[in-house]
Amino acid sequence: MSLTNQRPAAGFFARDRGWQPEALTPQYKTSVARSPSRALLSMPQTLSEVTGPVFGHNVIGALDNDLILNFAKSGESAIGPRIIVYGRVLDESGRGVPNVMVEFWQANAGGRYRHAKEGYIAPLDPNFGGCGRAITGEDGSYEFRTVQPGPYPWPNRGNDWRPAHIHFSLFGQGFAQRLITQMYFEGDPMIWKCPIVDVVPHREGIESLIALLDMDSTVPMDARAYKFDMVLRGKRSTLFENKLEGN
Amino acid sequence: MQSLNRLKESPSQTAGPYVHIGCVPNFCGIEGVYPEDLGTSMVNAQTRGERISVTGIVYDGTGTPLKDAMVEIWQADADGLYPSPEEHRGTADPNFTGWGRKAGDYTTGEWVFETVKPGAVPFPDGRMMAPHISLWIVARGINIGLQTRLYFEDEADANAKDPILTRLEHQNRVPTLIAKKTGNGAYRFDIYLQGENETVFFDF
Repeated sequence: MSLTNQRPAAGFFARDRGWQPEALTPQYKTSVARSPSRALLSMPQTLSEVTGPVFGHNVIGALDNDLILNFAKSGESAIGPRIIVYGRVLDESGRGVPNVMVEFWQANAGGRYRHAKEGYIAPLDPNFGGCGRAITGEDGSYEFRTVQPGPYPWPNRGNDWRPAHIHFSLFGQGFAQRLITQMYFEGDPMIWKCPIVDVVPHREGIESLIALLDMDSTVPMDARAYKFDMVLRGKRSTLFENKLEGN
Repeated sequence: MQSLNRLKESPSQTAGPYVHIGCVPNFCGIEGVYPEDLGTSMVNAQTRGERISVTGIVYDGTGTPLKDAMVEIWQADADGLYPSPEEHRGTADPNFTGWGRKAGDYTTGEWVFETVKPGAVPFPDGRMMAPHISLWIVARGINIGLQTRLYFEDEADANAKDPILTRLEHQNRVPTLIAKKTGNGAYRFDIYLQGENETVFFDF
């Protein structure tokens, strides 16, 4: 095969490493021994990177997107300020990304995680597990119901507290789009004191992780709503692929 | 002038020490929400190809095992086909998921994948890449998931021609990408985040 007459391969936009956190961020102490010290090696994307696992909607159970109920005993529910979190998963071209497996996890309303290694004295909520998942619709949309998590202290500097946050894990269409991030809440003063938030190098980047209160989407007498969109790496269109749809 | 109207990728944040709650809740004792953790099993009795296991530990710069890491792998089936809509060369083995996810053991940090040896997959220019597995590693203290690849010690001829491995300027780092054969169908692949044997991580 000639090297000069190839069909251009599909692929994702190059990741903007100046927009993403550096590996070594000493204010977040655990990164010091866990950050590669050599440069990442840039390589062309191959089928191994532009393909990725696909999850069917049949994986999702009826309560997977309801953290208020999915761990609760029958007739009971999790304690805390009830909220709906909704939004879209987009790519860098602004297109909704369908069929994205979105997994989310969080502390309870008191800031306590259900985990053997958790060291905070705030109590567990017997009706709150802290995990959920959804698959995005055709327009990239997702939603779930939960309780607003509390802030909590963690061992880093003498008195560091995490702002209230929800963790998100996302699968795009290719393994190279794999992403884990965190959502913060509009108006939380702890956002600007957090060494983990602070690893994001640009203020606009941090602001893109802050969900806005959306009173129009609130369910009266039930839950307030926060809107949180996430963006995965863009996909290069190629006229030379067999399939044009989905580009 | 027109505008490209691009959005910026969401900034990555660490998976944190409690990644288990969201990604492998049954592993950390949160049972009854999902029937089983995603990515637990990649193969079944009908899966084609040579069964292998890949065992490893992620080490930090002090040589200490990470006990809170989560590793995901993605690979082609035994014929070199990916179970993905982006795969246009054929249909992958319907009894193989291609994707696995494991958390390190709480005490030792060790993880094990039961899978099949992948077939070869072409590089964009048509040359064949050596059989390999893509890995993605997250943990507390890792701000953005690390991408690397695993190649096989017993594929020396294919490795010597692999378009990615041969492209490495520092050829003395290639061994960090080669899984050692430790038994019949058993491979060992430890990952070093720092130090003399720091694993090669890629920006694809």
